[in-house]
Amino acid sequence: MALAKLKADTTEARLSGLTVPAGFDAARKDALLRVVTMGLPSRRDEYWKYTDPTTLTAADAVAATVLEIDEPLLFGAVDQIKVVFVDGVFDAAASDDLTQEGLEIARLSDIADTDIHWAKDFYGTLETRGQNPVYRPLATLNTAFATDGIVIRATAKVKKPVSLVYLHKDDTSDVMLHSLVRVEAGAEVTVLENGPAAARFNSVLEVDVADGGAFHHVRAQGRDHERRAVTHCFARIGCESLFKSFTLTVNGRLTRNECIIEMLGDDAVAHVAGACVGDGDDFHHDDTVFITHDALNGESRQVFKKVLRNGAVGVFQGKILVKEGAQKTDGYQISQSLLLDGDSQFLAKPELEIYADDVACSHGSTSGAIDEDALFYLQSRGVSRQAGTDLLTLAFLAEALDEIGDDALADDLRDRLESWLARRS
Amino acid sequence: MATIDQVDVKDGVDQDTVDAVAALSGTYKYGWETEIEMDYAPKGVNTDIVKLISSKNEEPQWMTDWRLDAFARWEKLEEPTWAMVNYPDIDFQDIYYYARPKSMEVKPKSLDEVDPKLLATYAKLGIPLKEQAILAGVEGADMPPAEGRKVAVDAVFDSVSVGTTFQAELKKAGVIFCSISEAIREYPDLVKKYLGTVVPASDNFYATLNSAVFSDGSFVYIPPGVRCPMELSTYFRINAENTGQFERTLIIADKGSYVSYLEGCTAPKRDVAQLHAAVVEIIIEEDAEVKYSTVQNWYPGDENGNGGIYNFVTKRADCRGARSKVSWTQVETGSAVTWKYPSCILRGDDSQGEFYSIAIANNMQQADTGTKMIHLGKRTKSRIVSKGISAGKAQNTYRGLVSMHPKAKESRNYTQCDSLLIGSSCGAHTVPYIEVKNNSSRVEHEATTSKVDDDQLFYCRSRGMDEEEAVALVVNGFIKEVLQELPMEFAMEAQALVAISLEGSVG
Repeated sequence: MALAKLKADTTEARLSGLTVPAGFDAARKDALLRVVTMGLPSRRDEYWKYTDPTTLTAADAVAATVLEIDEPLLFGAVDQIKVVFVDGVFDAAASDDLTQEGLEIARLSDIADTDIHWAKDFYGTLETRGQNPVYRPLATLNTAFATDGIVIRATAKVKKPVSLVYLHKDDTSDVMLHSLVRVEAGAEVTVLENGPAAARFNSVLEVDVADGGAFHHVRAQGRDHERRAVTHCFARIGCESLFKSFTLTVNGRLTRNECIIEMLGDDAVAHVAGACVGDGDDFHHDDTVFITHDALNGESRQVFKKVLRNGAVGVFQGKILVKEGAQKTDGYQISQSLLLDGDSQFLAKPELEIYADDVACSHGSTSGAIDEDALFYLQSRGVSRQAGTDLLTLAFLAEALDEIGDDALADDLRDRLESWLARRS
Repeated sequence: MATIDQVDVKDGVDQDTVDAVAALSGTYKYGWETEIEMDYAPKGVNTDIVKLISSKNEEPQWMTDWRLDAFARWEKLEEPTWAMVNYPDIDFQDIYYYARPKSMEVKPKSLDEVDPKLLATYAKLGIPLKEQAILAGVEGADMPPAEGRKVAVDAVFDSVSVGTTFQAELKKAGVIFCSISEAIREYPDLVKKYLGTVVPASDNFYATLNSAVFSDGSFVYIPPGVRCPMELSTYFRINAENTGQFERTLIIADKGSYVSYLEGCTAPKRDVAQLHAAVVEIIIEEDAEVKYSTVQNWYPGDENGNGGIYNFVTKRADCRGARSKVSWTQVETGSAVTWKYPSCILRGDDSQGEFYSIAIANNMQQADTGTKMIHLGKRTKSRIVSKGISAGKAQNTYRGLVSMHPKAKESRNYTQCDSLLIGSSCGAHTVPYIEVKNNSSRVEHEATTSKVDDDQLFYCRSRGMDEEEAVALVVNGFIKEVLQELPMEFAMEAQALVAISLEGSVG
């Protein structure tokens, strides 16, 4: 078949330039075999129907000019443990001391040499589980070739967030990072991610939350206009656990964020949210979410908002799978787009797959322009058309931003959004 | 047959609903067989069979060539696998593609000459092939014809049309209603102009197969400005064993015309599954309106999933003219496997498409059904209301596409799909695709029944109803609104459906 041949060729070309780093040998070898079997994705895969993965699977990354902007780092005012990667390379000088009570933090490349470490058996486990029922070969590629990342184990409730800062300084950097998080029973940790990372960034985050644990994730994907990124977050969460993830994406030529969550314990809660503001006909943003309910009384929420203008394209593929026996599930999913002009596009596939009869699952998806009546009202109150549009745009995004539990972090993102809107050309 | 009334249902699903679903899908009333001598073409499909079907229908050369071309394409196609249905591989060479009652060898000139056994078959199904006022089984059937509503019927038995009623009266109004084989002979220009223009021969695996081997079906032409004086209907019956039914329906509503068209179908109980791959094409010109209603009641197979009809159907309406309108209403209770997406191409400015569906799947049935609304013209509107109900071990999937093209400015879509699960071994799935390529259009998709209108609820509560009562009233009112889309002739089915409440449904 032509498609199989095409995939095999693409995969071979991509793999030819890569060498498998040391450490995690069994997991990497297994991943390499799997990626060859699956083949890298193509536009003809149903799962990539709305997003063309060509630049993500190509042998070489397309160069991306580094955006020189003079603005303070996001979340800068928050007390944090800063971990800095410059084009995927750990920057010890810029990073904080990694010792913190209640947390064990290490670099992935450092534990590669240690003989005994919990992460040794965990690396790639959730990524492997996440390959059913659809293949996510770019994550498997990452498992095989990721050069570094951060490994975090939380043993207590820790207020101070671990902040991963990804700086981009080289126009042609092509980076794969793979991070692991383990939240022990009753523990709590917050992970922040911020920055454009590289010209092409492939990131995998595996999160294992034990019973009663809580994981918070707030991410801002930088404003570098030409960068391309594919990220995967694989999570497995236990009884009465909490998983919360929020992503703000501003600019970037191509971003595909996948979030795959397995709810294996009763009474677990998972919230995934995203806000995206896209400008220009070379902007393409894709949120792909797959939540599996496999226990009683689970609650999941997906809230995704996209503001698109000047020909930007927004994609949402969300799925709630309720397995047989996962009774009393409460699943909610909303995806909405605000199209600020006639050229932008919103493509959505909000899916439900339900095998249990005592559940409440709902999904909604809407797309439309700014509400002219609301705008007229604001204008009649003396607000300019432009300011009114900005106000309504922020109001539209508010529902997603409200998903962030921490007010200080949310305010920081809100300010950043406002300044982005003000900076329109 | 297994019934579903012993099943533990969760709180909030009322027993009347369970009973109504059981009544609609529990026992199959049309599973008997007519013993009649048949003529078969040899099993399997190849160019000789395609030519044979064409020659049996006395078709002109262009039609034979069209079929052969489709067959050549079909041989290169692969069976689609994307639907959420599982069934054993179909051996396309182990099916009879043409089966005709022996008595139909010489076409009867009028209904009086039709084999009494065939007439009896339809009478038993409640579709007497005489020019009576309305269908049996409907209240008021004993009224004198002058006062009743008239329905013209085209009856298709296995591969052939056995008769069409009220042809003369329809002709007076200028309406052409006949079997498609007759239309190809009598009105070749019309057929040639429209056939394959909505569902091209290359469309998909089953439509392409149908293009090659369709044996009969119905043809309707409503001339400009004519409101069809009666409802038209086609009744499909599969009777012969190991036989596939491939019918083709072509409906043309010329400028400013109106027609309401009904379709019904049944088949005997058999242990071996049978294939039904139909194509329906509808062309709607300026200001015209077509209402197409189906009660699909093919044999669903037994409780273990043996037998039943594989219903792989391509239905599409093309709203070519400005202000044209099409409305699909379907009640899907039968078939072992359903693969069906009646679609609307809204090409004309201000054209409208509607899709109302109730799909009920019980035992081992699998239904993957929905619609496509393709908005091309300006200010086009579409509405989708889909209710899926699963019981036993059935799987019910809504799959739909709403596409707003860049030029379809100021268009509007509203979609609502709800699912109800009865018992814990069945599944309900929703797979909508939404593609919006301009910002003046509004698209709303929701799949939740909890979203009952708050104002209506508040009103009911203010009148002293408790919340449950209020919700029941509003939800039932909403369902009735959908059922009103069903024509009178489906009154019996509609009555049964009214008992279904979507309380406790999932999105």
